[in-house]
Amino acid sequence: MKRIEAVIKPFKLEDVKEALTGAGITGMTVSDVKGYGRQQGHSELYRGAEYVVDFLPKIKLDLIVNSEDVDNVVKIIAEAAKTGKIGDGKIFVSSVEKIIRIRTGEEDEEAI
Amino acid sequence: MTPEISYVIDTFFALFAFVLIIFMVPGFAMLEAGIVRTKNVTSVLMMNTMIYAVASMAFLLIGYSIAFGDFGSDSMSMWAAFLFQMAFVGKVINIMSGGVSERAKVIPLGIFAIIMSSVIYPLVVNWSWGSDMLEGTVFDLTMYDLAGSSVIHSTGGWALLAAIMIIGARHGRYPKDGGVRVIPASNIPLVTLGAFLLWIGWFGFNGGSVGSIASKESANAVALTILNTNTAGLSGAIVSGLIMYFIYKKLDITMVLNGALGGLVAITAGPDLYNIYQPILIGGIGGLLVVAAVPFFDKLRLDDPVGALSVHLVNGIWGTLAVGIFASNPAEGITFFGQLKGVITIAIFAFVSSYIVLFIINKIIPLKVAHDEELEGLDVNECGVEAYPEFKRAF
Repeated sequence: MKRIEAVIKPFKLEDVKEALTGAGITGMTVSDVKGYGRQQGHSELYRGAEYVVDFLPKIKLDLIVNSEDVDNVVKIIAEAAKTGKIGDGKIFVSSVEKIIRIRTGEEDEEAI
Repeated sequence: MTPEISYVIDTFFALFAFVLIIFMVPGFAMLEAGIVRTKNVTSVLMMNTMIYAVASMAFLLIGYSIAFGDFGSDSMSMWAAFLFQMAFVGKVINIMSGGVSERAKVIPLGIFAIIMSSVIYPLVVNWSWGSDMLEGTVFDLTMYDLAGSSVIHSTGGWALLAAIMIIGARHGRYPKDGGVRVIPASNIPLVTLGAFLLWIGWFGFNGGSVGSIASKESANAVALTILNTNTAGLSGAIVSGLIMYFIYKKLDITMVLNGALGGLVAITAGPDLYNIYQPILIGGIGGLLVVAAVPFFDKLRLDDPVGALSVHLVNGIWGTLAVGIFASNPAEGITFFGQLKGVITIAIFAFVSSYIVLFIINKIIPLKVAHDEELEGLDVNECGVEAYPEFKRAF
C-alpha cells in the first residue's frame, strides 16, 4: 500500500482527475495548498506598489494505491499535470502502514 | 403650481435624497470590509455602524442647532430638511473609518465621532451653509460648495489625516529598511459593490443639495447636477485606469474605483454650475490625482488602507478650487480667491481642532489597539465575532 501525494497547478486538477478515473482509480482527496520551490514566488501589483507573493496557490492530491500500481499512477499524474513550464509541482510516494474504512471496518487492501 | 404641492414635492425629494445618501453607509462599509484583511472585517464594520449611529444621534441632539439655529424650513417639512442634513454627518465621519482601519479602536473613535458631529462639523456648516456666525467678519466664507467638496469631504479628510498622524501605521506596513509592504485587499467583489453603492448614493448627495425640484428651473438644475456628477465618476474611472495601464501595464480595480470616487468628490462643489462637458475634465483630473496621491501618502508613511486621503481630502480641495477655475462668476460672488480662502480656512480649522481633540482622547483612551491584538486581528479581540469563522469549504 502506497500513498501518492501530488502537488499540481490548480487548473490541472480536472485533467489529472479525468486521467486517474480513466485508469480505474476510485477515490482521492484534494486540498488547497500554497508553496514555492526553486523558482520562488512571483510579483504582483497592488495600488501602484509591487510586491512578492511568496506562496503560490497549488492543489494537493492524496491517493492510496496498491504497491504494484504505483509506477503506473505516478506516470498518469505526471503526464496529465505537465505543462513544461515552471511550477508544475512534485509527486511524493510513501508507504502506508494501515488503512481502515470507517463505515465497514474493512482493513488494508480491502479498504483502498 | 400651488405652494402646497411644491412643499410636498420638495419634501418627498429631500426624503428620497436622504435615502440615497444613506445607501452610502453600506457603501463605505462594504468597500472597507473588502479592503481590510479577513481578521479585521468585523471590526471595521462595527466601526462603520457605531460611528454612524453616534454621529447622527449627536447631530440630532446638538449639532443641527449649532449649524442651522433652530429646526425650520419654509419650502419643505422641517423634519425632511433635518434628515437630509443628518445624512451628511455620517459621510463626514465614515470617511475616517476606512483610513484608520485594521488598528484603531471603536470606542475612542466613537467618542471623537460625537465631538466631530456635535461641534466641529456643525461649525463648518454654520460658516458655509448654515446661519453663518462669521458674516460680516474677515473670516466670512464666501466659497461656493454645493454639496460639500470642502464642507464634507475635506473636513472629513483633514480629521482623518490628524487621526492617521496620531495613530500611526499598521504593524509592518513601512519596514525599517525602507519601502512599503503591500497588504492586499481580502475581497475585491465587496470593494466593487461598496464603491458603486457610494456612486449611487452620490446622486442623492449632490442632486438633493440643489434643495428643490418643484419647478421647471429647479428640476433642470437637479437633472444637470446628477448628470454632471455621474460624468465626473465615469471620467475618474477612465483616466485612473488609463494611467495605471500606462505606468504599470496592469489594471488595478481598487485604484480605478478610487479614481471614480475621486472624480465624484471633485465634482461635488459645483455640479450645477458646469456645462455637460467640463465634468469630464474635472473628474478626470480627480482620477489622476488619486493615482498620484496614493503613493505620495505612502512616501510620507501615512498609512491609509482605503485611499480615503487621496479620494476625499485631495479631491475635496481640487473640487473646491475647480469651481473658482471653471465657474468663476464675481457677480454672483464666486471667485477663485473666495474658493481658496474656503479651502484654507477649513484646512486650518478642521485639522487643528481634530488633532487637538484626538490628541486628548488618545491620552485618556489610546486610539490604537495593543500590538498583540493587532497581530492577532481586531475581530477576535475587540468584537469577539469573526467575519469568516467557518472552515473553508473549497470548490
